[in-house]
Amino acid sequence: MNTQIPAPQSAAPHREIEFIAPRRLFFLVSGALVLASIVMLVSGRLKLGIDFTGGTVVQMGFKQNVDTAQLRAALAGRFPGVDVQSVAAQGPYIREYIVRVNDSAEKSQTEKRVSEAVAAQGIPFEVMRVEYVGPTIGRHLQNLAFQAIGFSLLGIIVYVAFRFKSSVWGVAGVVALAHDVLLTLGFLMLMNREITLVVIAALLTLVGYSINDSIVVFDRIRENMRLNRTDPLDRVMNRSLNQTLTRTILTSATTLVAVGILYVLGNEVIKDFALTMLFGCIVGTYSSIYVASAMVLEYRTLGKARA
Amino acid sequence: MNEQAKSISIAVVLAAGAWFLWPTVQWMTMPPEARARAERDRDPILRRKLNLGLDLRGGMHLVLEIDRDKVPEGTDLTDAVERAVEIIRNRVDQFGVAEALVAPQGDRWITVQLPGVKDPQVAKDLIGKTALLEFRLAYEGPALERIGEKIRELEIRPREALDRPEVLALVPTGYILVPSIDEHHQDFLVVRSSAEVTGAYLTSARVELRPGEMAGPHVSLEFDTDGRRRFSETTRFNKGRVLAILLDGVVQSAPVIRDHIADGRAIITGQFTMEKAKFLATVLRAGALPAPVAIIEERTVGPTLGRDSIETGMRALAVAAALVLLFMVIYYKLSGFIACIAMTLNIFLVLAGLAALNATLSFPGLAGLVLMIGMGVDANILILERIREELHAGKTLRVGVDVGYQRAFVTIFDSNMTTILTTFFLFLFGSGPVRGFGIIMLIGLCSNLFTAVFVTKVVYDFLLGRGLVGRKMLF
Repeated sequence: MNTQIPAPQSAAPHREIEFIAPRRLFFLVSGALVLASIVMLVSGRLKLGIDFTGGTVVQMGFKQNVDTAQLRAALAGRFPGVDVQSVAAQGPYIREYIVRVNDSAEKSQTEKRVSEAVAAQGIPFEVMRVEYVGPTIGRHLQNLAFQAIGFSLLGIIVYVAFRFKSSVWGVAGVVALAHDVLLTLGFLMLMNREITLVVIAALLTLVGYSINDSIVVFDRIRENMRLNRTDPLDRVMNRSLNQTLTRTILTSATTLVAVGILYVLGNEVIKDFALTMLFGCIVGTYSSIYVASAMVLEYRTLGKARA
Repeated sequence: MNEQAKSISIAVVLAAGAWFLWPTVQWMTMPPEARARAERDRDPILRRKLNLGLDLRGGMHLVLEIDRDKVPEGTDLTDAVERAVEIIRNRVDQFGVAEALVAPQGDRWITVQLPGVKDPQVAKDLIGKTALLEFRLAYEGPALERIGEKIRELEIRPREALDRPEVLALVPTGYILVPSIDEHHQDFLVVRSSAEVTGAYLTSARVELRPGEMAGPHVSLEFDTDGRRRFSETTRFNKGRVLAILLDGVVQSAPVIRDHIADGRAIITGQFTMEKAKFLATVLRAGALPAPVAIIEERTVGPTLGRDSIETGMRALAVAAALVLLFMVIYYKLSGFIACIAMTLNIFLVLAGLAALNATLSFPGLAGLVLMIGMGVDANILILERIREELHAGKTLRVGVDVGYQRAFVTIFDSNMTTILTTFFLFLFGSGPVRGFGIIMLIGLCSNLFTAVFVTKVVYDFLLGRGLVGRKMLF
């Protein structure tokens, strides 16, 4: 491995990979994907979990073979729109199912009624997990999630603007963030995944990861701009991106390894988290180059052309 | 800071970490009986060990909302919530749940956490029951007959009479119609609208087994001085009348007053099973809630799922650590190994930090630890890449390392700060397990600055200062 990925050499420009030249093509790609995500969002494809809508989730373990259709048949009569999902069985169980019921009642007896309906079929089972969220709490959690996201974004803009003493970098970093979050939401909608509290946590972690990646690249560009005032900006940027490339690859690799393990080993809750991070890491790395850096370049060249 | 001072500060941090984690190690090596004993005696170790979240140990998390409209007039909502918290805490204590938590949340919510609850339904009943005990005199007179006639005329079942305005109009003033489960009055009963005695005057409630004709478990009650006086007056002047005993507005039994009861002792009879009688005695002893409560959020995790989650988390942690270690050692040789020592230290310090802050390790928190392994080595990668560049540019090993650390630090600090910002808000606005994730990331990112930057630099200074390793081994 040591020989396959050579360490970048600042004194060897001929070995540079050209990142900057095809940037407009990637603008198009990113733009199209962002647009597609927004269209899906607006058309209401986003599936909010019971954490935000209110409802009941019951996870049941069976020590005998029960199929999804059988369970759904037992429940569909009493709970129209019930969702029965089969998940990998663990421990003493042969089959495990997650039953979701969207009920907006403030006092819920749904879990009891679900248990009764299954018990009425004469199938022995154990309730492994119950989550009931009333509509009041759902609204409360929605508020909290919005506040967490809002304050995080605000904090990042302020910090980056303060540290880089120019709003271009801050704005470019945040545009890259918005790009990453939108694409990840689009991905989750495509995969038909629900937005739960844990997914929100993953999105915020991703926000941190993505801006982190942009800052590493930005720092290097600014350093090289100071060191070399004569080279055109696009060359300085390309060199900087190459210099940080090994780090970019290694860090995303170790992060992807960790997230991948969580996806493979984790339960349903963590799988959602891992999937969000998995996709987010890749987009986050990509956007540092083709959204954040490229935006700064376009802004600067535009400014020069006018002057 | 010179090398010695740096080494000492690292030693101090590690010792503090060990001190905070020691109770957890002790706890984990305790046999089950010793744990049970410690829980019973409320051993201080319980507060010092690392707390596992309900999603890992199994248990029940409830949020209750107090019914604002039914808080008695003249009572402040805050006072009502505080009183309810105290009563629920009493009930939970008597139920024998170790390390239960009952606390107000916001202005009219109450959070209840019960680790390791065996029967969630019983626990929910116990917590959610208002347990308002009242003794009310029953009405006897001509109106009863008119009510009966009306019911026959409307062709409804007697139970339905409770919702019919035509029937309710016939109830004499000063009286109300209440549901009943007494064996002689199985549907409803007309009782005084004001109670003679209430559960507020209770001093004790016990389960008793009576032999003979009225066999089976009863709940026997004792009243304080005021209650005894009221009881005595009521029974002296109303011999032969029915004195209904109501719990949460439902008549449990409706005995006839045979004698003047001066000692303030009463019993509640009914077709109780032993469990039901015990349950009733428990809620009566703890007192009535100032207003009914509703469960507006419930998260229950069974013990099997909790155990599975711990195993999964540990396995993920081990596999991630092993893979990242392998990766780093292959790519960076000895330097990669040093980075992994920093990574291991970081996990140790995060756990110690959790124990020190008395925070909770949740399943998303475990996922956060795994993520820390992957994201935490970023600082070392930044440094090592920078050192390699400096060495390629022709600097000597010693200078290259120093300059590499200096140059990389600004970037590491900036990039960590932004991540710290987002996790801080996650911690601030997160709830339950997500908050657990936030706190892990927050501690992890801060301590990562210490382990990945400060500690590794001391290691390099030590190795290079003594000429123990050469460039080939390190990079």
